[in-house]
Amino acid sequence: MNASALIQAVKDRFPAAVKAAHAYRGDATVVLAREFLLEAAGTLKEDPAFQMSYLMDLTAVDFSAFGKKPAHAFFASSGVQLQPSPDIPDPDPWPGPPGPERFAVVYHFFSHRLKHRLRLEVPVDEDDAEVDSLTSLWAGADWLEREVWDMFGIRFRGHPHLRRILMYQEFAGHPLRKDYPVNKRQPLIGPVN
Amino acid sequence: MHAEAGFLTSRLEEAIGWARKYSIFQYPFVTACCGMEYMATACSHYDVDRFGAGLPRFSPRQADVLFVVGTISHKIAPVLKRIYDQMAEPKWVVSFGVCTCTGGFYDNYATVMGIDTIMPVDVYIPGCPPRPEYVLDGLLKLQAKIHAEHATGRRPGPEPRPELTP
Repeated sequence: MNASALIQAVKDRFPAAVKAAHAYRGDATVVLAREFLLEAAGTLKEDPAFQMSYLMDLTAVDFSAFGKKPAHAFFASSGVQLQPSPDIPDPDPWPGPPGPERFAVVYHFFSHRLKHRLRLEVPVDEDDAEVDSLTSLWAGADWLEREVWDMFGIRFRGHPHLRRILMYQEFAGHPLRKDYPVNKRQPLIGPVN
Repeated sequence: MHAEAGFLTSRLEEAIGWARKYSIFQYPFVTACCGMEYMATACSHYDVDRFGAGLPRFSPRQADVLFVVGTISHKIAPVLKRIYDQMAEPKWVVSFGVCTCTGGFYDNYATVMGIDTIMPVDVYIPGCPPRPEYVLDGLLKLQAKIHAEHATGRRPGPEPRPELTP
């Protein structure tokens, strides 16, 4: 299935779950309500119409600082324009963050047999940052979910052993959250530098 | 008699220093991409065996130069310190690559800003990664340092810092 057909198929199957969908730059993306995640992922994996046997990636985004800070002018001194010229029309503008919630957990699925791929975005709020674990469907979700917990502090309900994977156990906080101070250091030995 | 004894002692230490600088048993603590450059230096094109440093030992008990090659994170810093503590004296530390020297371009929650915050360092080899010629130059400087230490019978102290004038 191509991107638009895939989106339509997911919408038909889960009409109540799909909050939004787009095919920005040709990548089928579906924004899914949190309570339908496990059911939808199971269907995507098992259903003959989808056969998405491979969980390619699982990560998260913190949108809390999105649009609130001006972008760093990396190329300003080189003369490269930061914004594309308004004379060049953009027929496929970026649709923006998936919702008003702070975080979005992002899943990338791929079907080896049907050669199509789908991105699921599940918005979660800060005070209830928890989604269902996909470890019952893909064993490979285990470490990816631990990484998201470690870096963003999003819990995964039903994960067998949700603990830090990259940082040490003594580490306090979640470093990829936008409110983690960029200069904060927590060394195990040696001075704070 | 007196003068001859002094002369003999001094020559013995000179000989020990000479022997030590040409029999470096290195412990490569390789964590990151600098390891590729370390391997290029160690293999036959550049060949550190020419300088007597051709036998890496993967036990700190058998090594006398610790090569810290690659980024050191806060998570692995206690392990590195323990390796250093396990090495027998006399021992030297080479900081290989800019990440071990200063943290390099990493300035974040995870990276140690230079291994000299947790252990003494004898030779810094900056570069991202340093070219093999650069590494060999660092190795020669370390050899000169090893030789000089034993000629005087003690490790030379740090160079005095230049007076800071406002």
